[in-house]
Amino acid sequence: MESGQAVSQMSSWLESGYGLFLVIHFVGVLCFGYIVWRRIVPLLRAECDPRWDRPLARVGKVAKYWFGQWKHPRYRTAGFLHLLIFTGFILLVIRSFSTLLVGVSHNVAPGISGTAGHVYDNITDYAATVVFICMLVAIVRRLAFPPSRYAVPARYGKAHTADAVFLLALIAVLMAADSLFSAAVAAGQVNSGLAGEGLAVLSLPWMLQAALASASLSILGKFCFGAYLVHEVTFYFLLCYRPFGIQFHVETSLFNVYFSKLERGTLKPVRWNISDEHLDQVKSFGVKTFEDFTWKHMLDFYSCADCGRCSDNCPANAVGRPLSPRFLSVKARDYAFQHYPMIGRMGNGKPLIGGLYSEDEIWSCTTCGACEEECPLLVEYIDKVVDLRRGMIDDGNVPQSLQKPLKALESRGNPYGKLEKKRADWANAKDFQQTCRVRTLDNNGASTLYFVDSITSYDERMQSIARSTARILESAHENFGILGAKEKDSGHEVRRFGEETLFMALRDHNVDAIRASGVKKLVTADPHAFNALNHDYKDVPPVEHISQLLAREVGAGTIKFNPVENADVYTYHDPCYLGRHNHIYDEPRQVLDAIPGLKRVEMQRSRDRSFCCGGGGLMLFYEPKEEQRMGVKRVRMAAEAGANVIVTACPFCMVNMEDAIKVAGLEGKMTAIDLTELVDRQMVWPGIKAMATSVVGG
Amino acid sequence: VEILVCARRVPDTSENEIALNSAGTDIERDELVYSVNEPDNYAVEEALQIVAKAGGNVTVVTVGDDEDEEILRREMAMGANHGVLLSDPGFTGSDGRGIASILKAFIAKGNYDLILTGVQAEDGAAQVGGMLAAMLDCPFASLVNSIEVLDGKKLKISREIEGGNKEVSEIDLPCVLSIQTGINEPRYVGMRGIRAVASLPVPTYGASDLGVDPSIVGGARAKVKRVDYFVPALGKGAEMLSGTREENIDRLVELVAAKGGLK
Repeated sequence: MESGQAVSQMSSWLESGYGLFLVIHFVGVLCFGYIVWRRIVPLLRAECDPRWDRPLARVGKVAKYWFGQWKHPRYRTAGFLHLLIFTGFILLVIRSFSTLLVGVSHNVAPGISGTAGHVYDNITDYAATVVFICMLVAIVRRLAFPPSRYAVPARYGKAHTADAVFLLALIAVLMAADSLFSAAVAAGQVNSGLAGEGLAVLSLPWMLQAALASASLSILGKFCFGAYLVHEVTFYFLLCYRPFGIQFHVETSLFNVYFSKLERGTLKPVRWNISDEHLDQVKSFGVKTFEDFTWKHMLDFYSCADCGRCSDNCPANAVGRPLSPRFLSVKARDYAFQHYPMIGRMGNGKPLIGGLYSEDEIWSCTTCGACEEECPLLVEYIDKVVDLRRGMIDDGNVPQSLQKPLKALESRGNPYGKLEKKRADWANAKDFQQTCRVRTLDNNGASTLYFVDSITSYDERMQSIARSTARILESAHENFGILGAKEKDSGHEVRRFGEETLFMALRDHNVDAIRASGVKKLVTADPHAFNALNHDYKDVPPVEHISQLLAREVGAGTIKFNPVENADVYTYHDPCYLGRHNHIYDEPRQVLDAIPGLKRVEMQRSRDRSFCCGGGGLMLFYEPKEEQRMGVKRVRMAAEAGANVIVTACPFCMVNMEDAIKVAGLEGKMTAIDLTELVDRQMVWPGIKAMATSVVGG
Repeated sequence: VEILVCARRVPDTSENEIALNSAGTDIERDELVYSVNEPDNYAVEEALQIVAKAGGNVTVVTVGDDEDEEILRREMAMGANHGVLLSDPGFTGSDGRGIASILKAFIAKGNYDLILTGVQAEDGAAQVGGMLAAMLDCPFASLVNSIEVLDGKKLKISREIEGGNKEVSEIDLPCVLSIQTGINEPRYVGMRGIRAVASLPVPTYGASDLGVDPSIVGGARAKVKRVDYFVPALGKGAEMLSGTREENIDRLVELVAAKGGLK
């Protein structure tokens, strides 16, 4: 009976606070429900976005990127801290809810019972301690050693430090209150002579228990009451406050990752659930107002944790263009909060361009994908940028510098306004014809189509890539040809610049020409064409980038190399649309490493962290406002890595690199070469075969 | 403000390789792509911007044949309310005065406050605007690079004069203005926009509809006739400076200053 009295004495605080606790529970849940409902309203007014397919693939994404925190360790310190906090939160879920249950259950120790419960309690004692310490570390880091990526440039408003620290502090308070509560309960049990199960040694609750060891039961009851109240209030305050700031991701991240985009390199259609044939009936293209975003894109805005990793990796941001992916999200979230307030009328319907976003901001993106590669929450940027561009195109709001190439693409099928019949002129160069003859296909039995695309066809410097590619295909014994005048621009950049109708016309023309040629496979040396054929086109034969074919043929021994006989140091620059968008990182490196005597170094930013050269296609015509060129930054990175030859595998990279070498004053010290050109230079050339029957291209 | 813009379809100089035909009487036209004459496009954009502020309608008119309808569609896709094609076998080969007469006859049938033309056609002689104003007995200003509507009866315009200077004038409506490129930034028109106006009617008027005097239009009546087309012989090549970098810079500054490029 003695122990029974002790228990009742111990739990009297619960009796006295019962009503209060219940009211807080009720108000907390109600407020949270209301807030979440108001946050869902814009999502219901948004464009549709079917993301309910392929649940297994989506669960896989959750396992890897949410539960597995896959992207976090890319930033060591922050990633490690986040990993600890996330693990702590996951572990503390049951404890947290069972503590909340105390207030409604009249039971001081609900939750898991038995040994499992004891083990869980001990683990979570440590979890709470670790999260508490992490919060202190995070606060100190935020205040004293903030990484530069947290800084808010003046044009985007004030620093977010105060809000971040406030939220961190609240979690610390929550952990402290939870620990104090456990400590007071445990101390009470010991004081009552009950066989307490013991708190985890050296954990925060354990230390607090030690501090409370000599307190009387009534004092401990007050501690219980106070700690419980603080815990409950902080919990609900956090729950209801998070949807107003950067910590909303605690609630939304699971959904954001589950519903994230499954296919890289693809673009969302103008409208989901509307076929190409019916597109003309759609009144307005793209995103013009906030409600034109899809619900998932709005969820992205809510989910952004403001960590700044996207902008830290964004090449446009790095060279001072007026674009920072982080603020694309943050500004849109602020917009949503302002125009979908908790109380009052919702919606606005005003144009985003010219208000929330500037035209230059949206044209500044090269769609390199560095931001998306980095985002731990899998926030999408490219689809949004392209949708905003579609809106501008639809309103006729296009920079003058882009109008001419677009018009030329419409009338001539290339952005330069060159004649169609000159598209295959590269194959008619005298020296080249002596070694390799390229035929123009007309369903004449060739099995492989080399899709050259505009820049490689027309640009005199890049034509060398076409000739090298043809010689490589010849050496690999491919029975190949080109479309010649029948080929039009792949439209890859046309689409990414938002001109969907023109893209569709180019695509349809090419698809017809490709299918009429009767080939079994496509090869290209242009990663942009590769990505278009691979992801934007339907019903065409499978496509390979030349580096894939090369890696295979080099591996099989079909293509052999003469050794490199100089002291050059090579580095490979990953083109965005080969690497990040299509995960072709190893093949070009395998080819380089197969060349005897070739010395290769890696730049610090390589593979999926490659730094965009400045963008391809129509981006070459756009005149961005920037402090320096992306390419210049990139060639300096190559120099830092100790290289004097940059190997790339994209004609647009070549344009930008060669320009940048001149601008950076590295002429004579640095050169750029395409992978195909290097292979062509080094390979043991079998010589022209008997090709008397083939037709000369032209 | 009721605005009429006179536009013309010309070979696009940025998308063609212009070559003379073997007889030397014209350019080779087989593989040309055409577009709206660039200054005319600026004129349409200006008209649209004026109407957006002051209200009214924009009509685009061209003298030509069926193929010329495409530029009317493009300008309608930009936002022009109406496109009108003036077409008649008898119009073919008209000189500047002939074109101005045809346009005058069309204008007489309507009620326009403001008539805009491009400063010149890329293959033309910058004469139609001035002649048209004279025929209509309207005030005329050429090389206009900004327009401000003062009230319903007057415009404040500025014109580009030698050396990049600007001259500001007031001009009474109705008037004819020839528009310089750079007055605005014309909006983009894509295939989608053109498709959207594909089914709108484009009325066509012939000589009898307009009451045009056949004695002053057409090739046979032209008083200005093209007699030759030729590519001028290449002149002396560029002057190469050969010296040290400092000497070259000094010499370059001297040369630019001598030509009036530095003040």
